[in-house]
Amino acid sequence: MSALNIKQGSTSHSAYELRDPHAEIVETHTLAVMVDNEAGVLARVIGLFSGRGYNIDSLTVAEVDHKGHRSRITVVTRGTPGVIEQIKAQLGRLVPVHEVHDLTVEGPAVERELALFKVAGTGERRVEALRLADIFRANVVDSTLESFVFEITGTVEKIDAFADLMRPLGLIDVARTGVAALSRGI
Amino acid sequence: MQRQMTGARMVVQALKDQGVEVVFGYPGGAVLPIYDEIFQQNDIRHILVRHEQGAVHMAEGYARSTGKPGVVLVTSGPGATNAVTGLTDALMDSIPLVVLTGQVPTFMIGTDGFQEADTVGITRPCTKHNWLVKDTDKLAETLHQAFHIAMAGRPGPVLIDIPKDVQFATGTYAGPKQARVSHYQPKVKGDIDAITKLVELIEQAERPVFYTGGGVINSGPGASQLLRELADGTGFPVTSTLMGLGAYPASGKGWLGMLGMHGLYEANLAMHGCDLMINLGARFDDRITGRIADFSPRSIKAHVDIDPSSINKVVRVDLPIVGDIGHVLEDLLKVWKARGRKVNKDGLAKWWGQIEQWKLKKCLAYKGSTTTIKPQFALERLEALTKGQDRYITTEVGQHQMWAAQYLGFEAPNRWMTSGGLGTMGYGLPASIGVQIAHPDALVVNVAGEASWLMNMQEMGTAVQFRAPVKQFILNNERLGMVRQWQQLLHGERYSQSWSESLPDFVKLADAFGCKGIRCSDPALLDDAILEMLAYDGPVIFDCMVEKHENCYPMIPSGKAHNEMLMGDAGVEGAIQAGGAVLV
Repeated sequence: MSALNIKQGSTSHSAYELRDPHAEIVETHTLAVMVDNEAGVLARVIGLFSGRGYNIDSLTVAEVDHKGHRSRITVVTRGTPGVIEQIKAQLGRLVPVHEVHDLTVEGPAVERELALFKVAGTGERRVEALRLADIFRANVVDSTLESFVFEITGTVEKIDAFADLMRPLGLIDVARTGVAALSRGI
Repeated sequence: MQRQMTGARMVVQALKDQGVEVVFGYPGGAVLPIYDEIFQQNDIRHILVRHEQGAVHMAEGYARSTGKPGVVLVTSGPGATNAVTGLTDALMDSIPLVVLTGQVPTFMIGTDGFQEADTVGITRPCTKHNWLVKDTDKLAETLHQAFHIAMAGRPGPVLIDIPKDVQFATGTYAGPKQARVSHYQPKVKGDIDAITKLVELIEQAERPVFYTGGGVINSGPGASQLLRELADGTGFPVTSTLMGLGAYPASGKGWLGMLGMHGLYEANLAMHGCDLMINLGARFDDRITGRIADFSPRSIKAHVDIDPSSINKVVRVDLPIVGDIGHVLEDLLKVWKARGRKVNKDGLAKWWGQIEQWKLKKCLAYKGSTTTIKPQFALERLEALTKGQDRYITTEVGQHQMWAAQYLGFEAPNRWMTSGGLGTMGYGLPASIGVQIAHPDALVVNVAGEASWLMNMQEMGTAVQFRAPVKQFILNNERLGMVRQWQQLLHGERYSQSWSESLPDFVKLADAFGCKGIRCSDPALLDDAILEMLAYDGPVIFDCMVEKHENCYPMIPSGKAHNEMLMGDAGVEGAIQAGGAVLV
């Protein structure tokens, strides 16, 4: 019967991947979930992740179409390919969910995060913080004689790197928005 | 048609417009305006339950036996929380329900008001969808959407929480035809290329098996008809999950019996040894698969399911088809017929030869007794004495449930109502009442264990009040039989808390409820006692005193594969090993 040459784990639908969904490699995926902006919709999505034991690395949500009452939830999640497929299928069957896009597999995408860093210090440390902020194209959005608040936008890796550099220079507080992402091109 | 009316009247109007005939419910402060509207009309019948859990299980029985959504009306706070078990049960078994709950008025929400609970928060994970309606103008549309979502795609329970001020306020009512078309429209047609591929597999398979589930029943009677045509046309064997019994008739020539943990030897070995498994509307539940690593190791697996999340969730399949069973089977039959109705006749003949060998094992054989009623014997007699009748069976949960699935035969869909996924003790009695309300003239029997039955026994009051002549056939072993069996297998025969002491006298209990009580403990008198039960025009509590330490076989112990079944005469010491001990 193997002559029929059915690929293991393959399906007839483009919504399913031809990759082996049961390979035990943990991958990180960025999902864009278009939902009705109605009461409780975020709780539904978060409850699905916690109830079924899935990971959330980052999550952002905001209304993106006021007239159409549509919000966009961007979730960065981790799991084996099988788990990622399950997460997408489970999200897809929530009633207020219109579309689920896996930006990690659907083609190139841009991912950005915004962060605010409060760095306290005086003298040479303060000057060094300001110089590094300039290199990272971070903006100063608040300053006192003993502190700065830097605003930085970039990939998760860039913000992590900036945090690593600021830590010895007096980093005392961080606020991060989580990842927002869009596919490239049209 | 648009009209001004109060929210409470809208509820009743929407139910009428949706064709609802019966509501199962219990009044309370936060739903009084709706009950006032129910009082002032005669189109919708209200069945007053004794506990809200009973209302939900009754609605489940009603829904499963009719294919229509069951409707429940309960109050806020405890009314809603009491409904949670039934909602979870319906979600697990894909039963369409529309549950309406009262809520404290909108201006009191969040103040810990009297009988306030976060109903939509509590029921979010146990409904397919739920709504809190804060505006009377949105109520009609929400009600119509609720019926659509409960029934569309994979069915399930939905809940609408209606604050009391929304019930009193006046708004605009719009009928179902005016309601916005929901974006929620799951796809029902299967991919035709995949269906053609499945036909190619069917044509070549040497050792095929149909593995059918509740999805066939949920797809409607047409799907069961198509399954029969396909199975009988191809000559392929058919096994079914607990939820799917009746889709293919027990008297059909391809019938192997139920599969799974307490499934038949021939059914489980057919699953283990097949080269083509065709899963129709089942979900590879852990009661079915046993040890996943050794589940049907040499087969190509096709899976037809309306819910994409069921596919590749537990078992990786080679050919998934997302769609409604009825639609897919219709296309499948068309393609198979157009290509000349081919099957691998030689392969099939050998395969059936093998299956007949397995059947010789007579896995349901048990040691009879002339002094004690064996539970298997009681069910064999019930089967024999009700054969040919259009009979509806409900069950509670435990050994009796498995024996009922093994020893009773189901010829048609929607005749078997049991709590499969959640395993809810206390399901059967209220479910039997819901079935009887939908089919007033049919024979409805709840096969029960005494412990499960006690969990919702208050509903006998409902049965008596509404003259629902349900027969409560209690296999009374004075034990939590399945718990006791597992303690014997796994916990060194230390029977911790698994016996029922101080049981009520069920005959006197029947008397107290105002129905008929029958007790039987002698196998020689059993037939007459069952006939007396069947002949009685009214509800009956039948206390069938059975063997106390009977185990349910065959059994795939936890963590074992389909070909590692325990049979009735086997030793059970150490049957479950360390790896399986953590499994339930």
